Amino acid sequence: MSEEQIKDLEEQFEARIARDEKIEPKDWMPEKYRKTHIRQMSQHAHSEVVGMLPEGNWITRAPSLRRKVALLAKIQDEAGHGLYLYSACETLGISRDELYDQLHSGKAKYSSIFNYPTITWADMGAIGWLVDGAAIINQVPLCNTSFGPYARAMVRVCKEESFHQRQGYEIMIKLMQGTPEQKEMAQDALNRWWWPSLMMLGPIDAESVHTEQSMKWKLKRKSNDELRQQFIDQTVPQAELIGLTIPDPDLKWNDEKGCYDFGAIDWDEFWQVVKGHGPCNKERMNARVGAWERGEWVRDAAVAYAEKKANKNINKAV
Amino acid sequence: MKKNWPLWEVFVRSKNGLEHRHFGSLHAADADMALENARDVYTRRNEGVSIWVVESKDITASNPEHNGELFEPAQDKVYRHPTFYDLPDEVKYM
Ligand SMILES: [Fe+2]
Ligand SMILES: [Fe+2]
Repeated sequence: MSEEQIKDLEEQFEARIARDEKIEPKDWMPEKYRKTHIRQMSQHAHSEVVGMLPEGNWITRAPSLRRKVALLAKIQDEAGHGLYLYSACETLGISRDELYDQLHSGKAKYSSIFNYPTITWADMGAIGWLVDGAAIINQVPLCNTSFGPYARAMVRVCKEESFHQRQGYEIMIKLMQGTPEQKEMAQDALNRWWWPSLMMLGPIDAESVHTEQSMKWKLKRKSNDELRQQFIDQTVPQAELIGLTIPDPDLKWNDEKGCYDFGAIDWDEFWQVVKGHGPCNKERMNARVGAWERGEWVRDAAVAYAEKKANKNINKAV
Repeated sequence: MKKNWPLWEVFVRSKNGLEHRHFGSLHAADADMALENARDVYTRRNEGVSIWVVESKDITASNPEHNGELFEPAQDKVYRHPTFYDLPDEVKYM
């Protein structure tokens, strides 16, 4: 194809997206669109999968059967989210194996929030309420993104997320109705998860590299700063309602702007965690890679069994 | 050894009376495992009463680059639609 033809195709392609048409896997697409989507969708899938680890830590120690079945169901959903997203990603011609390789070798990133430890039961409350809450704010606009398989996966994901957030908030409510120690535990969890949750919505707009192109392709509908503001404005009243204090002395309602002003975010911490120096980066990767390696004989055995069964059927037919 | 599990497409009938609809895909060693995985991945909240799985490589898909020759011929065949035919207003039930 000549350069001019490609340019022509690109213009038609951008026009289709501008008309709100969906792009499907076999349609022609610019290489950059394919690459950007593989990167974003796989990062998203990896986050769902690694995100199971901090919560998995508490399954055996959930305080009641009710909490345990809810936490199990939530974590199982996250596995499902990872799988929806991996298969959406594979429609762009990358194999599951390559995707796992990228995660396990550290080439691909996942959300850095999952590199923080879960040291008390209240962390299950804070994660569901804040981390899933921030994820919902990020994900809802993606239900209308331009790439069909991604949009369809996000519709399913978003339907399932709201229970995640509610079960987390309910944990916080119960703790806040409990003993002084339980209240303290809930407040401590909020203190530790608040700032990382704000960072989860991404670097400030001035430093966000991909925003303009992503807006065009509807991979993003609102900027990071707008999403963060939305998250804060939604969450502060929820904290107040149950007697929790947001750990930000500069947080104040701004009547004029109709939203909250908030204190400075420690972006050095964010970049440290992204670069691999968070409290649990190594632990998470070891757990993930270890599970993959320990599972190898099971995967091989399943293939051997499937082959044996297939051969038996052929022999019977002969 | 390292042999990858093949990819399967999953179709789910959400209730009797409706057709099976494409829900997504997954990897599994064989058809039985694909069915079990499909149950766990795509029907955790009563989304289905019946599941089909088919290996992705067995599906033949049309090429969107040929959409013109495939689908455009139908566009100028307006006589396939009831509104093409002129009837007096007095005619009822037609
Ligand atoms: Fe999720
Ligand atoms: Fe979730």
